[in-house]
Amino acid sequence: MLKKRVIARIDVKNEYVIKGIHLEGLRKIGDPNQMAIEYYQQGIDEIIFMDAVAAYYDRNNLSHIIKKACVNVFVPITVGGGIRTIEDIQEALNSGADKVAINTQAVRNKQFIDNAAKIFGSQCIVASIVAKNISVGKWEAYTDNGREPTGLDVMAWAKEVEQLGAGEIMVTSIDRDGTKKGFDIELNTQVADSVSIPVIASGGAGCKLDVVNLMKNLSLDAVALGSVLHYKHEKIFYIKKALTHNHVRVRF
Amino acid sequence: MKAKIAIIDYGMGNIKSIASAIENVGAIPILSKSTEAILSSDGVILPGVGAFKHGMNRLKAAGLIEIINEYCKTNKPLLGICLGMQMLFSESEEFGSTKGLGLISGPVCKLETNDGSKEKLPHISWNEINFYNRESTDAILSGINDGDDMYFVHSFAAVPDNNDEILAVADYGGKFFCAAVKKNNIYGCQFHPEKSGEIGLIILKNFVNISVSYK
Repeated sequence: MLKKRVIARIDVKNEYVIKGIHLEGLRKIGDPNQMAIEYYQQGIDEIIFMDAVAAYYDRNNLSHIIKKACVNVFVPITVGGGIRTIEDIQEALNSGADKVAINTQAVRNKQFIDNAAKIFGSQCIVASIVAKNISVGKWEAYTDNGREPTGLDVMAWAKEVEQLGAGEIMVTSIDRDGTKKGFDIELNTQVADSVSIPVIASGGAGCKLDVVNLMKNLSLDAVALGSVLHYKHEKIFYIKKALTHNHVRVRF
Repeated sequence: MKAKIAIIDYGMGNIKSIASAIENVGAIPILSKSTEAILSSDGVILPGVGAFKHGMNRLKAAGLIEIINEYCKTNKPLLGICLGMQMLFSESEEFGSTKGLGLISGPVCKLETNDGSKEKLPHISWNEINFYNRESTDAILSGINDGDDMYFVHSFAAVPDNNDEILAVADYGGKFFCAAVKKNNIYGCQFHPEKSGEIGLIILKNFVNISVSYK
């Protein structure tokens, strides 16, 4: 039986793990490699490193962190933020990443996902969609770490990135990011129901119940957790226990 | 003396992680595509993610098909991981039919689910492996429990002609597929042991031990 994945999302600025609210007001809260090892030892299923400022500088700067992480973290590693070219992807993979998350460049040049998937395989390409609620049941996709509106409808864009060859979609709710108010369940389930590739929900978890309430919607495949882990509100083991109690199958 | 494990470097997939994992379990990883390095190692890992045809073309272009065949004749162990396992087989139906290494006979087919199952493709997930024949678990599965979770990322799976070669299976949408295979000195696993946490490392440790025992 397949398991639902509990992923740690580690947003990095320069050498530090940072966390903001609504993707803004970033605070330094730790060392990315140390956190990755801790989460690995606690039973995390996967780790996503996001370069939170790369989009402004047009580059991803996490290679050294990935190289270090893959020495003692033996679960899949995804890297995102500032991935612009095929060479950027190659460099991320050479450093030890298994997948790359792409947002801004996919919006700028739709063929980028298509090209990348053909060269590296769909399983390697995570389309990152950053969504902001604009009216009841409507969300708009944003780029540049949630700064730039694109005019793209999130559901239509999700279907398009699937067509272009993305292997997974990570949905981040700007409205909920860092708020600890719970996930935008409607947004996440609508995306998951619109596509037939795995969907990772991100943004808003404050406690394990938020994770349970989200993952009870079985169309979702994975959840990415930031603040709730970084600020030690919940332990991974107890989040997984709570999921199991609610009939969501996870790995221990 | 530590075992030397050659990891075939032909530009497909994340081989750094496999090297780290091999080092972690106490052997020396050698990333290479040279005949000398491969033939003089104690064990060889054929890694790979991506498309079957692309993988075979790369092996061919680097002259690795002959080297792998030559290595296998030495009876030292070979472990194919993910696409590396699939390429051990006769042929794949991915993007039209492509011939594989043919070291184990059988095709590689797209994953199928039972009607009504809503499982997604690619199969990207942790999933339980079940021993195919509980009576005779192989040394490569030593210390692994029936039902342990491994990490899978794939859309295709090998279908060995000979069921006796299947070591473990996994359930995808109500249908089992071959998750681990063994024929003589040739092993394959569809999951990524280097990405399956401490349990996955046990499999690599077992492979290193098998390699040492052939020394």
